[in-house]
Amino acid sequence: MEEKWIVSHPPHVATKDNLSRIMLHVVIALLPAVLAGCLVFGLRALIVTLTCVISCVVFEALWQKLLKKPVTVSDLSAVVTGILLACNLPVSIPLWMAVIGSFFAIIVVKQFFGGLGHNFMNPALGARAFLLASWALAMTSFPAPGTSLPLFGSVDAVSAATPLALYAENAEQLPTYLNLFLGNIGGCIGETSALAILIGGIYLLITKVIRLRVPVCFLATVALGTWIFGGHEGWFTGDWLYQLLSGGLMLGAFFMATDYTTTPFTPKGQIYFGIGCGIITVLIRLWGGYPEGTSYAILLMNIVTPLIDKATAPRRYGTKFGKEVA
Amino acid sequence: MKTFHGGVHPHGHKDATAEKPIVTLAPPKELIFPLSQHIGAPAVPCVQAGDAVLMGQKIAEAGGFVSATLHSSVSGTVKGIEKRMHPNGTLTDCIIIENDGLDTPIPEVSLPERDFRKLSPKECIDLVQEAGIVGMGGAGFPTHVKLSPPPEATIDYVIVNGAECEPYLTSDYRVMLENSQELLTGLAIMMHIFDLSVGYIAIEDNKPKAIEAMKKAAAEFSGAEIRIVPLKTKYPQGSEKQLINAVTGRKLKPGALPWQAGCIVSNIDTVASIARAVVKHQPVIRRIVTLGGDAMKNPLNYSVRIGTPFSYIVEQSGGFAQPPKKFLMGGPMMGLALSSLDVPTIKSSSAILALSESSAKFEEESPCVRCAKCLYVCPMNLQPNLLDKAARNNDFEALEKLHISDCIECGSCAYICPAKRRQVQQIRVVKGKLRNAKAKGN
Repeated sequence: MEEKWIVSHPPHVATKDNLSRIMLHVVIALLPAVLAGCLVFGLRALIVTLTCVISCVVFEALWQKLLKKPVTVSDLSAVVTGILLACNLPVSIPLWMAVIGSFFAIIVVKQFFGGLGHNFMNPALGARAFLLASWALAMTSFPAPGTSLPLFGSVDAVSAATPLALYAENAEQLPTYLNLFLGNIGGCIGETSALAILIGGIYLLITKVIRLRVPVCFLATVALGTWIFGGHEGWFTGDWLYQLLSGGLMLGAFFMATDYTTTPFTPKGQIYFGIGCGIITVLIRLWGGYPEGTSYAILLMNIVTPLIDKATAPRRYGTKFGKEVA
Repeated sequence: MKTFHGGVHPHGHKDATAEKPIVTLAPPKELIFPLSQHIGAPAVPCVQAGDAVLMGQKIAEAGGFVSATLHSSVSGTVKGIEKRMHPNGTLTDCIIIENDGLDTPIPEVSLPERDFRKLSPKECIDLVQEAGIVGMGGAGFPTHVKLSPPPEATIDYVIVNGAECEPYLTSDYRVMLENSQELLTGLAIMMHIFDLSVGYIAIEDNKPKAIEAMKKAAAEFSGAEIRIVPLKTKYPQGSEKQLINAVTGRKLKPGALPWQAGCIVSNIDTVASIARAVVKHQPVIRRIVTLGGDAMKNPLNYSVRIGTPFSYIVEQSGGFAQPPKKFLMGGPMMGLALSSLDVPTIKSSSAILALSESSAKFEEESPCVRCAKCLYVCPMNLQPNLLDKAARNNDFEALEKLHISDCIECGSCAYICPAKRRQVQQIRVVKGKLRNAKAKGN
């Protein structure tokens, strides 16, 4: 027996699950939302998505090549960032802006802080906030569903008010629940169809990529807050269902507030995170300058995530409320 | 179904050997007996080179209270006491015995069987000590020490650990099917020691046949009420703390021993050994070993004499089906990787596994993405992701704050990690560093 054997500490077996498999699950889960975006806004939605995905992957590979690090684009995390960023952009956005957004997401938010697992805020949401601050008009022009748009060129289409803006203005004509649910409304590419997002969210729950804690706490807090305070006729008259189905809430709750790296890892912390996101969303939607607050809510909660983790460390086995039990 | 919080579900791999009856393996020409086969002080030889020994004769005395006696598993001649490789990879003092092939037993074994009910608890414990019984599940803690809790202890539960939650292992399962009487007698002896009227055997529900067989045997068993407790199949169900929690609902305080929660837990083969020692005057000279792994040609369950080299066992079983790349003593979750097969079977060798290159291979580590799966599965409610980080930084202060001493090293964290990080491996390494630092500090 001359051959060398492997000698290592146990365990000697491991689950087949790995990071690229998890990322693949997320990509699959996002496909219904992208498909819905294409159905509502036309093929340009697909072009924007592909632009974001390709730029994210290329930027990540270039950065890693430049720094002589192993190129890890095969873990698919850049693909997920690309799709998520596209989902958070209006379909009419100039493609060069999508490329700049991808650069900001991958290089500034993710790689500057150490790459996969080290960024403190969600790359796609960070890029969305950056683009919104830089090109507010382009980022808030939402063509009405079914508008015919050029595939690549610039868009001059008249923008339609989003459901949340309409609600805030207490407009006469609000979109129906059905249109909100199906996504036949103005908004970002991947956020309009609650149905498509729910399909993806359920897929993530079944494949155990995400847990129910964050989405449920997030959505329940928004529903409760908007029901109590969101009405035009006083307290407890708010249309919470309308609020749940509008804006980026569904997408944020299932896909961005559940991002591993930028949200708490303790079970209790995840509950607080969800509730915190909900409260900030309600604050911005009802009293803030923007009609929509999901992405800022998540970004702000991203920042306090390390504090939440510290404060909610699980209680060690065999102790109760800090005291030891028999 | 009773269980504990956390844990993982590794593939069982038990089909290959579960339905194969125990085969008795004839002993080889030369047997090796490490003086240290247990937790505690090494045994002290009481034979010299050239001495003739009988099968079952004592060859080493316990080196203290927390230690265990050692017996020859064959009849023959003591060749000497020399340094040989221990399964743990170190060179240790071993008594080498040349087998004369006659298996001449010590005269005591032909004495009539003892009635343990006529013995005092102290006498029973002394017999256990004299027989050199140690925890045969893998830890090797001397059983007489376990059976001698401080006088202030009140024991309410004696539990036989039939969880066998490690993949591949089927030795306990076979004992439950083939040797239920000895097992029940052993448990009855333990109940007698603690003056209890009820005893428990906990079995994972992936072994329905064993649950059935033990239920039937327990119903027919006279003189003691023995309850069979089916447990959910989940690793590490057989860990002492988790088993106690599943069976009794009690949780051990950090650092506490089972008797402090009123429990005594013992492994299947150990309990059967207690019966053989007390009733049949037989010391520990054999144990059941599962041969398995995808590189093993004929996976099976062997009854092996203590001291038999692994290389001999593998050879007798028919060798390998494909080139082995990794050898394990024990299960794949907590077993020891071997650097040589020229090591002897010791009292805690529950299995010999041979893994091929494809199953021994591990994916490269990636950065932690904070998915928290390790937190969800940790049965001790620790934060393996943070322990991993602190261990790599040798941050002893942080490790203490994260309660590293609570870690039972079950490996659920490293098993579940999608980034393939080696949390428990890092914890094992840094625990050694911590011990060294503490030793230097004193």
